[in-house]
Amino acid sequence: MDWSQSLRLVAPELLLSIAGLVLLLGSAWAKAERDARVITWLAVAVLAGCAALVAPALWDGAHGPDRLAFSGLYSADAFASFAKLLIYAAAGASLLVAPAFFDRVRAYRPEYPVLVLFAAMGMGIMVSATNLLTLYIGLELNSLAAYVLAAFLRTDDRSAEAGLKYFVLGSLASGILLFGISLTYGFTGTIGFTGIASALQGGLSTGAMFGLVFVLAGLAFKISAVPFHMWTPDVYEGAPTPVTTFFASAPKVAALGLTMIVALQAFGTQVAAWQPIVIFAALASIVVGALGAIGQTNLKRLLAYSSINNVGFLLIGLAAATPQGAAGMLVYLAIYVAMTIGGFVAVLMLKDADGNPVEELADIAGLSRHRKVLAACLAMVMFSLAGIPPLFGFWGKFVVFQAAVQAGLIPLAAIGIAASVIGAFYYLKVVKVMYFDEPANKAVGQSDWVHQALLALCALFISPAGYLLTKCLGALAASAAAVLFHA
Amino acid sequence: MIGVEHYVVVSSILFVLGVLGIFLNRKNVIIILMAIELILLSVNLNLVAFSSFLGDLTGQIFAMFVLTVAAGEAAIGLAILVIYFRGRGTIAVDDVNRMKG
Repeated sequence: MDWSQSLRLVAPELLLSIAGLVLLLGSAWAKAERDARVITWLAVAVLAGCAALVAPALWDGAHGPDRLAFSGLYSADAFASFAKLLIYAAAGASLLVAPAFFDRVRAYRPEYPVLVLFAAMGMGIMVSATNLLTLYIGLELNSLAAYVLAAFLRTDDRSAEAGLKYFVLGSLASGILLFGISLTYGFTGTIGFTGIASALQGGLSTGAMFGLVFVLAGLAFKISAVPFHMWTPDVYEGAPTPVTTFFASAPKVAALGLTMIVALQAFGTQVAAWQPIVIFAALASIVVGALGAIGQTNLKRLLAYSSINNVGFLLIGLAAATPQGAAGMLVYLAIYVAMTIGGFVAVLMLKDADGNPVEELADIAGLSRHRKVLAACLAMVMFSLAGIPPLFGFWGKFVVFQAAVQAGLIPLAAIGIAASVIGAFYYLKVVKVMYFDEPANKAVGQSDWVHQALLALCALFISPAGYLLTKCLGALAASAAAVLFHA
Repeated sequence: MIGVEHYVVVSSILFVLGVLGIFLNRKNVIIILMAIELILLSVNLNLVAFSSFLGDLTGQIFAMFVLTVAAGEAAIGLAILVIYFRGRGTIAVDDVNRMKG
């Protein structure tokens, strides 16, 4: 493989990094907030361009040696393309919602789109990783941008505290992951995923077992699976809401994609070793996510617990360790991204008469009286997150449970379904507060048209109309997931 | 004769010290930054020892990348700490409690 072909394969990352640097340079001259908006729209256009670059590989189900760049350090296969499309869509959405939010506090600066672009590049590298070094570089490129984004509202105490907490716990997670990587390298003699898989074919030494556990623990931090979830509610509550929208969607896709690659490719020959860990993390996340959300009064915190809960359901697909399970996870991820963005955009649209954000559950009491459409959309998101049938969220849960049952994990599926009933309680509580409580008449402010359009789009996707996509989405996810099982 | 297992034991001790440094320290966020550095150094020790033991350069190249990223991470951590201090006037760990629950 020659150099130019490698460069062609990494075109989306090249475009993102060059565009990010050029926009960063441009932002040095940006004066008015209007300039920041222009840079935001340019960044969205760049993300759209990258999506156009990666789409063909997904359509062809591309995989194999001619999709490997730089002597096999990076893979531009169908799996990476599927994840990247979701990442770019989520990053674009969190760019679009930002200006209206930050303008109120006069804090919108062009660094925001630039940082999101850099984070998107890191996430692209994560899902294209074929060895532990690429994995680490991608993860850190994403994390370093994310720490800064969490602390973006510099003058706000809660934002700075969220940044600090995210930084400390994120660095600890990276450290744990790295320690696992060093042990895996030492006891298998290689950092390539296929090399690790073949080295572990014969059996798992104690050292490699420790490496596996540490790597999974580090990744569990990044996807906020229990028992490494404690940072999530604080960071999601403290970070500015557009940033929270970003954290809950794009990095989740990237980190879960990475977890799938590591578990199914690198440790794919030792499924029995990691399956119990993943099953435990899945069940614990579902239960803790559901129970933790019950007492919450802040909507962003509630959605944070909801995302922990959803990660549990996603991990059920991974526990199956079959192509069906991996494809189910990808379908669920696509639906999850739409539900999460819809939920956070709805929270962004809640403003009081002066335009200040309304985040408390009590303040949206009786929302259905004066903001009918917004209340209906938020109710739809909640029903969909709870997995109630006519909505699309049900389909995501259905495919992962189906894969778990087919893989013979019937007790896991049964406990998971029972626990999802607990989760339904707090989703329904939000709907009850909006529709049946005495109006608090707090959230009466007008919302931006971009927010309305995005919410309408997400609501359409998770509405029963979404089922028209099941065939297409299922086929694409199946061809993407098949890549992980080819080696 | 010092074998690779000695290096692994030392680096494991350093790693555990780093993790304990994050969780047991109740005084100062700067100490947390030092503990994070300690974790990354223990990883580097591991990588270099394995690299030499396996006769394979990959581990040493990996250690170079870890060093570089650690520098970037420390810079960002200190920057966030500076904003935090400006807003709150303290960097004591026990005061990082604006959000709970």
